[in-house]
Amino acid sequence: MSQKAVELILMRQLASSLAMPIFLVDPGGNLLFYNEPAEQLLGSRYDETGEMSVGQWSSLFTPIGEDGAPLPGEALPLNIALHKHRAAHLAFWIRGLDGVSRKIGATAFPLEGQGGRQLGAVGIFWEQP
Amino acid sequence: MRVTLWGTRGSLAAPGPETVRYGGNTACVEVRGKRNALLVLDAGTGIQRLGAMVRGGRGRIDLLLTHLHMDHIQGLGFFEPLYERGREIHIWGPPSPTLDLRTRLARYLSPPLFPVRLRDLPCRLTLHNVPPERFEVGGLEVEAALVCHPGSTVGYRISEGTRSLAYLPDHEPALGLREFPGEPEWTSGFDLAAGADLLIHDAQYTTEEYQKRVGWGHSSIRDAIAFATVAGARRFVPFHHDPTHDDAMLDCIDSVVRTGDLPFGFVAGTEGATFEV
Repeated sequence: MSQKAVELILMRQLASSLAMPIFLVDPGGNLLFYNEPAEQLLGSRYDETGEMSVGQWSSLFTPIGEDGAPLPGEALPLNIALHKHRAAHLAFWIRGLDGVSRKIGATAFPLEGQGGRQLGAVGIFWEQP
Repeated sequence: MRVTLWGTRGSLAAPGPETVRYGGNTACVEVRGKRNALLVLDAGTGIQRLGAMVRGGRGRIDLLLTHLHMDHIQGLGFFEPLYERGREIHIWGPPSPTLDLRTRLARYLSPPLFPVRLRDLPCRLTLHNVPPERFEVGGLEVEAALVCHPGSTVGYRISEGTRSLAYLPDHEPALGLREFPGEPEWTSGFDLAAGADLLIHDAQYTTEEYQKRVGWGHSSIRDAIAFATVAGARRFVPFHHDPTHDDAMLDCIDSVVRTGDLPFGFVAGTEGATFEV
């Protein structure tokens, strides 16, 4: 397996040092890394799961809109960051593996390297009061 | 290929009687291919002596810069082939998202920092951003990749046939990690150094010094050895010596390192050393 781009490595190192839940995905939406605060939301540890395919990790959440209806995938900030290459923010409800519903804000932004290389995206979750 | 160290010091030239063996000149390494292609890695003050050796020749020279910190370009204006009319010289440097290489180098090679402007050099000078894909110069294959160091900085892997040199003079792969090394795929510089026959790598600090300089872009000798180990390098040359480390201190570090059970050949990074790869 080849080495990740240094921009992703540095992003992981930064995320490892921060207290907000952070998810790092590749251009295909596959989950490359999540930090310890994010482990609490997912209900699993990165050291145990390692990377997860987009299908695997998206099934761990059930995103619900403010109106109580399930949110379509394309409305989620990480997907907007990945596919429209712009930052996005949205407040919604999730039910994690622990069965608890939480209102969160999610901010996502794309990672674009020099020469226009699309490296993936970063998602930051903020638990709402 | 043959590899010669013309400058091994980091951050600041440190000439003096106490540094004569390891050398006081900043980063510059000569790489000669079988077909006599000349690659020069970095243009620290060591390039001045190399320039005197190759002046008057006709061959093309390719100068590969890892980044534009002063200790890696300070010798550029004193590289004699640049003043030889018609000499073909190519300078390769890391890309920037905002300014081209000529503009960035001209900040140094222009008044008031330097009397001669880049545009006034009489050689046939071509500047290139290093491409993300491998490229070939005179039979030598060159691969560049961004590495962990402040600013846009690349490391290089130079290959000829099955032999390879990895050059990462300014590199802090342990930055922000609780434990180093981690998994290879999450280690900056791993692909460049993997299985290299010769690895020239940043080893600027002692472990104690590194604790006070985290984020400055350099490695402790301990982290450099860990990096060389995980990369599976066959020979390792510590490089970019701190300007405050004199010969006695570097001898002491070397002797401590050699007491360990190293999975590679450990070679002192002394100015003038030559390696066949």
